[in-house]
Amino acid sequence: MTDLADLTITEAGRRLRDGDVTAVDLFEAVRRRATMTEAELHAFLTFDADGAAEAAAEADAALARGQDLGPLHGIPVALKDNMVTRGVETTCSSRILAGYRPPYDATVVERLRSAGAVVVGKTNLDEFAMGSSTENSAYGPTRNPWDPGRVPGGSSGGSAASVAAGSSFAALGSDTGGSIRQPASLCGIVGMKPTYGLVSRYGLVAFASSLDQIGPLTRSVDDCVTVFEAIAGHDPSDATSYRGEVPDVRAALDGGLEGLRVGVVTEFSGEGFEPDVEANFRATLGAIERAGATVVDVSLPSAEYALSAYYLIAPAECSANLARFDGVRYGLRLDGSSVEQMMSATRRDGFGPEVTRRVLLGTYALSAGYYDAFYGQAQKVRTLVIRDFEAAYRQVDVLVTPTSPTTAFPLGARTDDPIAMYLSDICTIPSNLSGHPGISVPTGVDRSGLPIGFQILAPALGEPVMFRAAKAVEALAGFDARPALASSEGAA
Amino acid sequence: MPVDIDIAKVARLARIGLDAEELERYGAQLGDILEHAARVQALDTDDVPPTAHPLPMVNALRSDEIEPSLDREEVLDQAPDRDGPYFKVPAFLEDA
Repeated sequence: MTDLADLTITEAGRRLRDGDVTAVDLFEAVRRRATMTEAELHAFLTFDADGAAEAAAEADAALARGQDLGPLHGIPVALKDNMVTRGVETTCSSRILAGYRPPYDATVVERLRSAGAVVVGKTNLDEFAMGSSTENSAYGPTRNPWDPGRVPGGSSGGSAASVAAGSSFAALGSDTGGSIRQPASLCGIVGMKPTYGLVSRYGLVAFASSLDQIGPLTRSVDDCVTVFEAIAGHDPSDATSYRGEVPDVRAALDGGLEGLRVGVVTEFSGEGFEPDVEANFRATLGAIERAGATVVDVSLPSAEYALSAYYLIAPAECSANLARFDGVRYGLRLDGSSVEQMMSATRRDGFGPEVTRRVLLGTYALSAGYYDAFYGQAQKVRTLVIRDFEAAYRQVDVLVTPTSPTTAFPLGARTDDPIAMYLSDICTIPSNLSGHPGISVPTGVDRSGLPIGFQILAPALGEPVMFRAAKAVEALAGFDARPALASSEGAA
Repeated sequence: MPVDIDIAKVARLARIGLDAEELERYGAQLGDILEHAARVQALDTDDVPPTAHPLPMVNALRSDEIEPSLDREEVLDQAPDRDGPYFKVPAFLEDA
């Protein structure tokens, strides 16, 4: 019999309403799984067992009163620790925010709570979401449930590891250059970045404001749709929030691949791409074609410059956003005889090496005399990337790529080489620059049994066709492998 | 294109107090990353407008009505140092 902690949201919701299980049962299953796996994985920075137990009991009481808040009612979910939670420590994996208890909930947290979800805790990340392996955490790395010697990807690595291991049913992550999709790929689950502006960023500790977007990590495409629907929608507290209607992602969800035009991005293959990743990608393409879609090659000529533009834009915005961590209003403060010395000492001790590197890089790229050559030029390249996408979407409905060039790599393998680390996001970064949605769906494993992700991209507000294609690809791939950590101990 | 960086000046602007060894290390790493990033300069962008935000959006306005804000005590409670309703920092004005 399947452990409750391994159910999808859809299955758990059905059993909850059939009266087979209670929300307290679901939370207890997740708590047991966390107890078994956390010593090895370290997916969570804070596991709020008391708060979650209370919320689960309240969810049961509400159902007993006949008050059903919808598909997330009573479902245990986790939050990346860069989303603020009232009274619950929020650190962004940084020393500079150790002990910070925010005075409010992020909009996405309010939305999940009002949809009846049970928030179980805060997951580990690369400090301030800067990284691709969750090794840049001041509180220690998260490990991959498929192989604890390897990274879970990042920066939403704690969220991805937790969902894969069964210590939550779903989690939220944030995606600035691939930080939802890449860890989802490396952990064998579904991860999705919505169109920029569809999900409120109010209460998301900002990294690069024009690129950041919150999205779900789940164990199925259906579950991903459910969480997306709960968190999407206009929020007056976020000035960049989209004011139109959220597209209806249910109507066409089961439309299949028949008649769909699928573009293969030719730039994302060859050097740097592992043979098993490429073979799985080609096999999936073959299945897509046999299922009735038209598959054509598409070129994004500016894509090779996207990574370079990203590594100017993201640090520039981060250097401005992280100026707020100055030892005055929250978090760490070191002594200093002047305000400047206090701030310089606090920031030197409070920030880890990758954050320091990016703040310095951004400060330089924005400083007098260099602005046009670096930041200004990068913003123009961004326009070229968007034009490439627009041209592509005149020919096809969706674009597809491997999510990441490699499967999960060993801990420590790339920590001394920032550029090698940056390359793991080469397929995901362009859609952050363009603001378009993207999703990673697991489609197989490599020769070592490590999961491989397949990325589907769509134009702005193209979530309906993106989810439709994702659901069809999920069914074609029939990926039902589970990480050793979750299955063996879950059955015990 | 090798990039010349006055790393001490950049660190001062960023308010990160680094020692000589750290300045040298970060300076070298920044040089490598910028050399990679400077590839964007190879593109001809004379007629290309910059994109600051991915979707076309105009100013977000709302009616000027008073709405609840954060609780002052809860906010100040998170400050490293306070003096009544104020955030407190080391003195930064010389005595007159």
